[in-house]
Amino acid sequence: MNTAYEKMINDLAPKQFSWKGNIWVAFLVLVILAGMYSYVQQLKSGLVITGMRDYALWGIYISNFVFFVAVSLVGSLITAILRLSGVHWSTPLTRISEIIAVAAIIMAGITIIIDMGRPDRMLNLFLHGRLQSPILWDVIVITTYLVISLLLLYYPLLPDFSILKKHPNHTGRLDKWYDRLSLNWSGNEKQVRIHAISLQALSIMIIPVAFAIHTVTAWLFETTYRPGWDSTNFGPYFIAGAFVAGSGAVVVVMFVLRKLYNLEDYITDDHFDKMGKVLVLLCLVYLYFNINEYLIPTYKSTEEEAVHLQSLFKGQYAGLFWTVIIGGLILPVIILLFPKGRKPLPLFMVALAVVLGAWWKRYLIVIPTLSHPFLPIEGVPEAWRHYSPTWMEWTITAATLASALLIITLLVRFLPIIPIHETAEERGLIEDQSINQSL
Amino acid sequence: MEPEKDNQQKSRRNFVEQGLKFGLLTAASGALLAKVFGKSESLDSEETIEVMSTDGTLMQVPASAVEHAHEKKSDYNPREGFPNRKFVMVVDLAKCRNAKKCQSSCNKNHYITGENAWIKIYKMQESEKSAPYWQPTLCQHCDEPACVKVCPVDATFKRRDGIVLIDNNRCIGCRFCMAACPYSVRVFNWSDTWQGDAVEQTAYTPDYAGVPSQKGTVDKCDFCPHMIDKGELPHCVSACPNDVFSFGDMYEDTVTNGSGQSFKLSKLLKDRAGYRLMESLGTEPSVYYLPPSDRIVDFEEGLENYTEFQSVDKPQEP
Repeated sequence: MNTAYEKMINDLAPKQFSWKGNIWVAFLVLVILAGMYSYVQQLKSGLVITGMRDYALWGIYISNFVFFVAVSLVGSLITAILRLSGVHWSTPLTRISEIIAVAAIIMAGITIIIDMGRPDRMLNLFLHGRLQSPILWDVIVITTYLVISLLLLYYPLLPDFSILKKHPNHTGRLDKWYDRLSLNWSGNEKQVRIHAISLQALSIMIIPVAFAIHTVTAWLFETTYRPGWDSTNFGPYFIAGAFVAGSGAVVVVMFVLRKLYNLEDYITDDHFDKMGKVLVLLCLVYLYFNINEYLIPTYKSTEEEAVHLQSLFKGQYAGLFWTVIIGGLILPVIILLFPKGRKPLPLFMVALAVVLGAWWKRYLIVIPTLSHPFLPIEGVPEAWRHYSPTWMEWTITAATLASALLIITLLVRFLPIIPIHETAEERGLIEDQSINQSL
Repeated sequence: MEPEKDNQQKSRRNFVEQGLKFGLLTAASGALLAKVFGKSESLDSEETIEVMSTDGTLMQVPASAVEHAHEKKSDYNPREGFPNRKFVMVVDLAKCRNAKKCQSSCNKNHYITGENAWIKIYKMQESEKSAPYWQPTLCQHCDEPACVKVCPVDATFKRRDGIVLIDNNRCIGCRFCMAACPYSVRVFNWSDTWQGDAVEQTAYTPDYAGVPSQKGTVDKCDFCPHMIDKGELPHCVSACPNDVFSFGDMYEDTVTNGSGQSFKLSKLLKDRAGYRLMESLGTEPSVYYLPPSDRIVDFEEGLENYTEFQSVDKPQEP
């Protein structure tokens, strides 16, 4: 048979963890257990274990939630937008980005539950849900996005599962599962047609849902009167930021996986170069929205906005603000404009800075605004004026991030990280085979 | 002190009863008034009561000539409120000297055990060159409430009588209402605190907020429907030694202060140039403020009472 094709299957079939992988999983599980311990304390004593109080009424749970929603958007960018625009170089990255999207959106849903004062009453959202509330819109779009993302992950896997099933030497005890999950995929003409149409339909469907999910998340803030949130720029600003965060995450994951699984033949330097170009474009768009978001209110400097902006530019949050803007946005743009900056290692470092910056950027969007209400902060303990997360809050937040990484890790363990069938097709390795099978 | 207090309580008890009579007159208007005046000449010796006509004139009419408007108790539903009422409050900033009796009375009667009171007296100053003043601030019971708009589960709601309440049995604790409220009047129950045996065993109803309070849900000023129901004024209104607060009914165009004096609302707001907080946001509050001009109290007096970092007294014994 086709030896190149065999080699490819050999390269791309899921592999058991090495000792490194096992330690990594053990580490993640440990972090998650610590978070679960803290969450049990939170259930027992209430949100009093957090640093939040009546003025800083939302904290890192919410900013972390916004971060997860942001990262999840990359699935739609790479699998849907690039697919629909006929870009083929991104095919080997579709699985990775879809895995990241699924992990992030699952954790977004869980994180918002963690923030609730009465998670035991979650069903009220369905029993007494008010469609006038942006929270309901969020519930609807997040679940819709999760379903479409799962399907977008699963459909391209059908032929891959069927390939894995036929090569049991790679899979061991798992081939039974691959058999079941392949849903009798044989690659005949009818299946191929339905498959193509479904993927096309899902790719089209996910784009408005992806835009909706992050726009609605922006509206959670924008629908209030508070300075810093009261902006008509928020929807597109959040979407632009989300694409930056998600693309950064894809670069980080693809770099690590390429190293660990020796995927240099599939994730090439050219992929990094192209992702670097995508990232620099997205960063520039985001920079543009940031200028809109900060420059114009600064120009007008209405009393309330001025207090808020001062705290960002020169006050309490200035260190963090400028680190995030310069380190997470401006420097990446400058570095990535140079071809050398888009080599795998430098790009990886830049992407890491972008992802970290993206996390803290959400912190800067959520928290400072709350310390500048319209009426003065009076009659509460002095500590309530400033929010600083407690270690329990950090543990729980770290656990959500670890959970997302664990989901990614487990999916990487059991799924082919690079779509085997699609990549083979694009390289012209299996044309004959599918014709043979349809006969 | 004592007789004065008695007097006050009596006047408070009369508050709703009189309110009903005013309401009746407003509704029945001309025809009834004619009937009243027709009778009043012949029945001079009979007991009379004071009523206010729709144009704001106070007059004495025989008690027997006034029929009580009947509000069936069974009609009352905590989500709907009192039928044919629209509650309103006036806060006279010219009279406030930060005595904080409103706050302590509210804290005591709502068994507030957290660290953030539902009514706060802010030290305000519009600009450096203008005079400072004290501003008691409670839930504004907006007609376009931002909090109600954003609530995902209809836990906080607007009643027909103008009151905004919270159903703590339904609240999921997302705190979106707190983010939405521009007046920072909402308070979260971050932990479960002990409010005393009696309160803990009381059956919860939305129209007596905080009794008992529930962990993980939002609380705030409820305009005291449990007092209105008894024909009395909200706790803050009757506790104020300076008659800063007046409470009443928009439909009757009347407000009554803690000493039992009634005023015609529209005239009061016109004469004293009443205003509402952050009018530009379009929230349409039910609480009106009278500007702190021609003050009868000294701002400085309030400073000794001012506690920047405390609004609820710490419990004596845990």
